[in-house]
Amino acid sequence: MKDYKTIPAAELRETAYQLYADGQNGLMSMFANDERQLNGNYAIYCLFSVGKSMQVIKAVLKDKGKLEFPSITPKISGAAWYEREIYDMFGLKPVGHPDLRPLALHENWPQGIFPLRKDFNSQTPVPTAKKEFPMAGVEGEGVFTVPVGPIHAGIIEPGHFRFSQAGEDIIRLDAKLFFLHRGIEKAIEGVPIERAFYQVERISGICTIAHSLSYCQAIENIAGVTIPLRAQYLRALVGEMERLYNHVGDIGNLCAGMGFAVGIMAGARLKEDIMRVNEALTGHRFLRGMVVPGGVRLDINEQLSSEIRSMLDKLMPDFDEMIELFRGNDAFLNRVETTGIVPRQAALDLGVVGIGARASGVDVDIRRDFPYGCYSALQFDVPVYTEGDVAARLWVRVDEVAQTVKLIRQILEKMPQGSLKAAIPAIKPYSSGFGWCESPQGNNLHWLMVGENNTVYRLYARSAAYPNWPALTVAAPGNIIPDFPLINKSYELSYACVDR
Amino acid sequence: MLKVWKKVLATGNVTEPWEKSVPPERSRGEVVVEQHAACKGCKLCVDVCPTKAIKLYEGSPVINQKACVFCGLCVESCQDGCLKQTSNYKLATLGGSLADNTGSELKNKIRRVLGRSLHIRHLDIGSCNGCDFEMNHLCNPVYDIQQYGIDFVASPRHADLLMVTGPVTRNSTQALMMTYEATPTPKLVMALGACACSGDQIFGESYAIRGAVDAFVPVDIYVPGCPPRPQAIIHGLMLALDRM
Repeated sequence: MKDYKTIPAAELRETAYQLYADGQNGLMSMFANDERQLNGNYAIYCLFSVGKSMQVIKAVLKDKGKLEFPSITPKISGAAWYEREIYDMFGLKPVGHPDLRPLALHENWPQGIFPLRKDFNSQTPVPTAKKEFPMAGVEGEGVFTVPVGPIHAGIIEPGHFRFSQAGEDIIRLDAKLFFLHRGIEKAIEGVPIERAFYQVERISGICTIAHSLSYCQAIENIAGVTIPLRAQYLRALVGEMERLYNHVGDIGNLCAGMGFAVGIMAGARLKEDIMRVNEALTGHRFLRGMVVPGGVRLDINEQLSSEIRSMLDKLMPDFDEMIELFRGNDAFLNRVETTGIVPRQAALDLGVVGIGARASGVDVDIRRDFPYGCYSALQFDVPVYTEGDVAARLWVRVDEVAQTVKLIRQILEKMPQGSLKAAIPAIKPYSSGFGWCESPQGNNLHWLMVGENNTVYRLYARSAAYPNWPALTVAAPGNIIPDFPLINKSYELSYACVDR
Repeated sequence: MLKVWKKVLATGNVTEPWEKSVPPERSRGEVVVEQHAACKGCKLCVDVCPTKAIKLYEGSPVINQKACVFCGLCVESCQDGCLKQTSNYKLATLGGSLADNTGSELKNKIRRVLGRSLHIRHLDIGSCNGCDFEMNHLCNPVYDIQQYGIDFVASPRHADLLMVTGPVTRNSTQALMMTYEATPTPKLVMALGACACSGDQIFGESYAIRGAVDAFVPVDIYVPGCPPRPQAIIHGLMLALDRM
């Protein structure tokens, strides 16, 4: 995994297409790094899953040459956002990209300034530009546009949507995100890795553990550190607790897309019970403060284990009764079935992950496919549905709640004795590697290059929501606009994760 | 339908008075300086703080609660037992039109008009979504914010209070200003969470972050925390409305 296949950028398209093999292998992530201070080059990394292995292409661009590379989007649709972001942040142009609009930097950002280049200093004041931000739409007789957001009616994160409508029917959806872009990847450059952890932990509230795990595992992979077994189990425990409270809350919240108050309140009530146990366990309702680079900070005792067990004992019958309110309810099923379909091929083309993938017949789960921590010693099934609609995404979540509960029980039962933390040694400067985990929304990937004295040289954090957002633009057209909240909530994608 | 009624009746009433639930033993709240005299000035706590929330002043640590994320690293690092982490979450402070030095007539007028019926518009301008989910949890049946005559509304035009989360990002500045303008007076602004209260201290200096909320609009209520628990948000609201 630390071996990169290095090629000149001009050969990127050919090499990537070969590895992609017409969709037999998937593009998992793509990002750039400014390595001019190290070797005079920019580098573009493409991570593919090839059967049971991960392979990385590293395409290099000479600083003195033309700063462009052949776009791989024409055949690999999933690369579209990655390449737009690379162009925004580094000014490396993907030639032949079909839609090279800005992604992360809005109309206020001046042309020709690239914040992730090493010679861009965070202290430099950047003037406010007044450019246009082009949104994709549809023109024609009777077609109108519905702009929504970035401030929405509910308590949700900001994003701007443009619906091109023919009456009630959505013809096209375009989204403008990155209102929450905080420039975290740049802000932590040069910060000691063990301290930058506290910023990484705060990329997203509901994916706290996911980002913590990916980041820590990247550090540990690079340093060649194996963390104590007990710490691996404790990490898996909080990872599954994160999945549990998110799934239960998201299932309840789906009902908010159709005004089914009993469902909303049941989900919210059950979620609160789980969050209180989260706090008893870690001192934090969103589980912050447990995972740290090298292991974990807090241990578990018999009293806490039994508190978790009795919460699960109480939760499951209550949860099952809530789901029974959905199953036989025609008014409910009528709203969720055949709504917001993403076909399997679209999910594959876009590289959709997590629930979005598993509801569209794509059998992926990084806990099983590329096990980390103690997962290879745990038993669980990966539910897969093929309909690709809101209902399928709901049933995947419901089945996963049962699997997660099963996992938590196993973890508590098998919890080995031992220490909690291994020391992170001095890491050879400019070594790099990946860390990953399955977040509640799908696989979460971090790539880290460590600089001098164990500082962050470059972190790239790709959350599960990132490849899944474009799937919404496939799911929405053909549905009526009042169904959009339902489709949106069936994915429940975190904006903060994507925007960073 | 029968199943729905059965479930509703079987569940019963789960609503709690907001102060009832006591934070568990491990809960991390306010860090206090327990023994000023014990401080040897080693600055370990200052160096270990991930958000630069601690400074040494006249020989002992001073904690900026607005930027504290309650991680507890300072307490762990202190060799001399000066610092102690408590589970106290009642950390809201008042500013702007509700500050101590503001004329009481104005303050009373605001509280008279908004005190028993307050409508809130949520405004996320850069948060990690932790604060926003806790805000959401205010509406769950356990906290049931509506029982206090407080509710969330869909438009700033219907709102009395803007609950703002996150540092002001470059990309959200326009949304913040336009939403503030769209809210009718008298209006209150709450900066919710460490990012909104302290600006770029949580994530560090960045091209994409412009500062704290009060650098752009006047803030009347500060609720620190990362994120503040639902009870801490209710505490902030009760304090502002003089309903403690």
